[in-house]
Order: sequence, then C-alpha cells, then structure tokens
Amino acid sequence: MSTVKSNQMDLLRFATAGSVDDGKSTLIGRLLLDSKSIFADQLEAVESTSKSKGYDYTDLALLTDGLRSEREQGITIDVAYRYFATPNRKFIIADTPGHVQYTRNMVTGASTADLGLVLVDARQGLTEQSRRHAVILSLLRVPHLVLAVNKMDLVDYSQEVYDKIHNEFTQFATKLNIPDLEVIPISALAGDNVVNRSENMSWYSGPTLMHHLENVHVASDRDLIDARFPVQYVVRPKSDEFHDYRGYAGMVAGGVLKPGDEVVVLPSGMTSKISKIDLFDKEVTEAFPPMSVTVHLEDDVDVSRGDMIARVKNAPQPSQDIDAMICWMTTAPLKPRQKLAIKHTTRTARALVKDIQYRLDVNTLHRDQETKELGVNEIGRVQLRTTVPLLCDPYSQNRTTGSFILIDEATGVTVGAGMITSSS
Amino acid sequence: MTDTHADYRLSQLDQLEAESIHIFREVAAEFEKPVLMFSGGKDSIVMLRLAEKAFYPAKIPFPVLQVDTGLDFPEVLATRDNWVNRLGVNLVVASIDDAIANGVVVDDGKTSRNRLQIGTLLNAIEENGFTAAFGGGRRDEEKARAKERVYSHRDEFGQWDPKNQRPELWSLYNGRLHAGEHMRIFPISNWTELDIWDYIGREGIEIPQIYFSHQRRVFERDGMLMSETPLNPLRPGEVVEERTVRFRTCGDITLTGCVESTASTVDEIIDEISIATLTERGATRGDDRFSEAAMEDRKKEGYF
Repeated sequence: MSTVKSNQMDLLRFATAGSVDDGKSTLIGRLLLDSKSIFADQLEAVESTSKSKGYDYTDLALLTDGLRSEREQGITIDVAYRYFATPNRKFIIADTPGHVQYTRNMVTGASTADLGLVLVDARQGLTEQSRRHAVILSLLRVPHLVLAVNKMDLVDYSQEVYDKIHNEFTQFATKLNIPDLEVIPISALAGDNVVNRSENMSWYSGPTLMHHLENVHVASDRDLIDARFPVQYVVRPKSDEFHDYRGYAGMVAGGVLKPGDEVVVLPSGMTSKISKIDLFDKEVTEAFPPMSVTVHLEDDVDVSRGDMIARVKNAPQPSQDIDAMICWMTTAPLKPRQKLAIKHTTRTARALVKDIQYRLDVNTLHRDQETKELGVNEIGRVQLRTTVPLLCDPYSQNRTTGSFILIDEATGVTVGAGMITSSS
Repeated sequence: MTDTHADYRLSQLDQLEAESIHIFREVAAEFEKPVLMFSGGKDSIVMLRLAEKAFYPAKIPFPVLQVDTGLDFPEVLATRDNWVNRLGVNLVVASIDDAIANGVVVDDGKTSRNRLQIGTLLNAIEENGFTAAFGGGRRDEEKARAKERVYSHRDEFGQWDPKNQRPELWSLYNGRLHAGEHMRIFPISNWTELDIWDYIGREGIEIPQIYFSHQRRVFERDGMLMSETPLNPLRPGEVVEERTVRFRTCGDITLTGCVESTASTVDEIIDEISIATLTERGATRGDDRFSEAAMEDRKKEGYF
C-alpha cells in the first residue's frame, strides 16, 4: 500500500459557520467519515450514544461536540479544530458556532482560514444568520467562500430552490469583498455532493464540496511582493563555535527575502543588506511566507524583537494613529478613552481608544454612528493612538501585518481583535 | 545552499514546522521561565527536535521536565538521556515516589499513577517557578483537546477552564499571566499522528525502540496486550505468551498496551496506521477508556 506522504501535501485551513439546525456538525461528520478520518472507536462511541438517546440513525453531529457542557446543551460554543486529509491535501477545520452571541468565536476561526464554508438550510433559504456569516468572512478577508445549500433531499432536490438561493446570495455578495464564491447544493445526511457526486441533481454541473476543497487554489492568496519580516527573537549562541553569530529569527509575513537584498530596519530606519538566511543548519536562497527563518545582516545594526525588516523602497510607515475594524470580545463594553495593551506582530504596546466612529450591524451592514461604545460580539470602526509606532499595513493588503489583538491589562484576557483599515 | 521551492509553496509539513518554531520562539521571547514537559513519547521528542531547530545554533534556552512515574519503560528513559546529552539541555526530574513521600500527592492504592502525575507535575511547576510549560498535546487526539488553545491558560491551581478560554486569533498569542498562574503551550496542536510519523521519518529522529516491532512477553487484559513486568502482577486467569508487538504510545508500563505488529521501520508504521481502525489512545491507553469525558476531566485538573 502506498500513501502520499504529508511531506508533499499542501494545506487548506477552512472555517465552517452554521448552527446545528443547518446540519453543520452532520456535514463535518460526513467529511470525516467519507475521507476515512474517523476511527472505529470514535464511531462506536457515537453509535452507542445515538442509541441511548433513542435516535434511529447515527447522529454524526455527536462526533464533533467536544465539551460536556456542549453535549448537554446540544450546541457548539467554542471553536473546535478538526483534521482530515485526502491524498494531496491536509485540511484543518475551524468549526465555529453560528449564533450571534458567538460572533467572536467565528471571528477567531475565520482569522486563520483560507476558505469559509457557510451552510444554509434549503428549506429556509438565506437567513439573517447566513448573511452575517458571509459578512464576517468578508471582513476577515477570507479569500474563498463556499455557500453549501444543505438538506436538498428535503426539497426534492429542486433546482428552483437552489437557483433562488444562489441568485439571492450572489446579489448580496456584491456588497462584500468575496473574491471567489462557489454555491454547492448538498445533503450532508444523505451524502449528496459532499464527497460523491449526487445522482439526484443532474442539473448541477459544478464540483462536489470535497472536490472543490481539494482543488481550490490558495497558494496565490499570499502577498509575495511586499517583504515584511517582523523580528521575533535574536539568536546569539555565545558559544566558542558560533562566537560571532547574531541572527534575527522570525516568520516571514510577506514578500520574498533573498541574500543581497537591500533592507531597512524599522522603526530605526537603518539600512543594510541581507548577508544570509538560515533555516536550521542550512542556508536558503529565498524565504517567503509562512517560513520561520533566521536572517543575517551585513552591518552590525541594532535590531531587536518588535522591529521589522522590509525593503528600502517598500516599507510600512511607522504609525501611532491607527484606524481599525474591531471585534469586541468581552462583556464590559469598549468605550472611548479606554486604555488597553495591544499586540501587533511581535510588538506589544499600549493603546488609547480615541474614538468609536461607528458600530457595524453585521446583519444589515448598516453603520450606526449614534452608539459610542461596542458591546460583546459587536464590530465597529475605532480610532486608536498607540504609545509606540506600529509597523503596519492595511489588513486588506496583509493579514499578518494588518491585524492585532487588544488585551485587558488588569485581567490579561484577550478582549478585542483588530483589522487595520488605515494608519497615519 | 538549499534551493527553496520555485513556486513559493510550502508542503503542509513544512508549514506545520514553521508554525511550531514560531510558537517556540514566541514563548522564549515573552516568558520568564519556560520549561518543556518531556514524556519520552514520540510527540515530546518531536517537540524537542522543533525546539532545537527554533534556536539553532544556540542551545535550547529552557530546561526539560520529566515526571518520573517509576513505571516508565527503560527504553524510553534511555532515549531521553540520549536526547538530553546531545542537546546539552538541563533535565529536571519530578518523581512521583518523592511526591508521595513528601505528602505532595496521596497514594490511596486506588488512584492510578497517571492521576498522581497531575499533582506531581503541578508541584514541580510551582516549586521551580515555571511560567510556561510546553506540552505535546495534539488536537486530533481526543474530542476535549479539539478546543484547546495553543496558549492554554492555567489558574493558580493549575486548572483549565474550558468554558472560559481566551480567544486565539491569527498567530498573535497572548501570554499575560498573574502571579502564580502559568501557561500550557501546545506547539504541535495542529499536527496529526500521521504528520508526527512523517516528520520522524523525514528528519531521521531517534525515538524509543518500543515503537518498533519486537518480541515481547505479554498477557491480555481488558482486551489489550500488556507487557509482562514485576510492576504489574498477573491476575488469575491471565496467561503470558511471547508475541510480535509494538507500542503506539509510551505511557505508564502497567496501563499502556501494545498491538501485534511487524512494522519495524517508520514507513511500515505509516502504512500500518494509515489503515488502522482505532485511534492510538482508544487502542492502547487504559487511562483514557474509562469514560467519554475522561480526558476532559483530567485536563481540567491540570493533566498534560
């Protein structure tokens, strides 16, 4: 038996949004089961639980309800990560709850996703909830979106029903930033168009869900133009063998770095050239996102954690005045004049809320300029002033150098997620 | 020089490696006193390898902590010593026997050593003032682990509160702590069992010999094959016989079962687990089989 090694596979991270009622857990169970990622003991546990609850079918949703409180309540509260692989690709699912009171969890799951999967119940059509999911995925700049029209078996596999939802959603999506959209009619329970092509919907000529997940092109979603290297850690062995070794370790956030490149170190503005790039005990000719490497400079300039290495003619503007969309994640509301800790790339500072410009209604896209605070699970546009300059880009250009988290200094809890719109 | 990929693509294994290295560096930069929890199993060895890569050519800037259950496989301890010596890292051993002798944990004769590890571990973390402890947990292992963060916050009692976890976005990790609290760090959260094996094969990583097929005197208990050892007396009706086996996990010798297998190389193991029908824990770990919520309960108390 030959297996393709994960050495050669690529990776797709996707976020699912929807509620139990939309059949989301059943769909994930189906993906895991049909890709043979479920083991016999896991399936047995689910079968026996289904039986003890008096169901006459195996409830695949039980495969994914992790915490006891969730099993008791029959809902998903927190983001859960799940894994499966097909011969050429490994998948990481961020499984997020769909209800409005868990928006922050969906934002969390979407933050690292290449693709967002929104489920609708074919009988219900588009709901406020499915629109909200699309809005959040668009705000988080998830580049690919799949709308899975589920429970097609319950509408007699009707093309009319599918077309109506498809048209309505396409129209709505024009208001959003969704570079790539696929609308797929499925039945997670019966298995239509999930892994295997449905025999009940000959009118549909598009891909099955699994085929799309396996083939969607994600490599070009990264920014390979604008070199960004946030310095994370300075490697200084202080050993006899590596006496003069001084390397700047970090993860490439954008662009391609090469030995010989003329670079600038921010915020100091000192310039130098890259002398070499190490990947463990080997030198590499290029480094690109998301490689973790160690960069060496020709000159002995002062570089420390929190600094950024960029190209001389293409560097972010250090800035203390930041405009951002913020998702607020804690019960006590965000208010003007509030002070928080901010973590942006490898740099930590303090931030003052100068103004809350508007609250975005994620159901209608309406901008409410009357409310001057953000409650839990609300998203709004906020002006911040930071104690030190941040080396940032707009989030639309780079999801790493354009994002930050806000931390409550008293409790230490992460209370906000920010996406930079502009800085000055 | 090594040429990187012309199409600027990283294989998923390279992406996982880069993510884990990023986590190690982040913790070393932000925490006062990290420690790596080393069980001797393949996952914690892969962690050591990733830590080696993260700081090379400097030494790993934190010690390694092992809980000595007194019931460890000798092969596992041998591998541990090889790694510690080669990397030149400090090894801190927290012994359950010492913890019992000092009254840190109570051996009532009914509690498994696995459970006693919790108190011993928490005591070692507190005594040494460790503020961050790397663990080899993977989210694919068990349902309760699917919701664990990479940075998993523990209160002054070392407990995990699954309903009150900090949101974790992008690759921005929040390491804020109050006095007495610590953080569990799971740098290989996103790796699956198959990824671990592929990486061991690719990197030529030394792991304990018990993972590979060998002849062993075993007996059957609760549907699992257990190793014959004076530490684990036979019960009436149990019969010892020699079989060709290997272990899928390295735990307490009295609780960790083996499977019949002829897989004697990493490639053969990968072929074997690709068609395996039981999860590695379900198949061979007596300590996880008691209830569906077994792992969640132990994690709340402060298990790895």
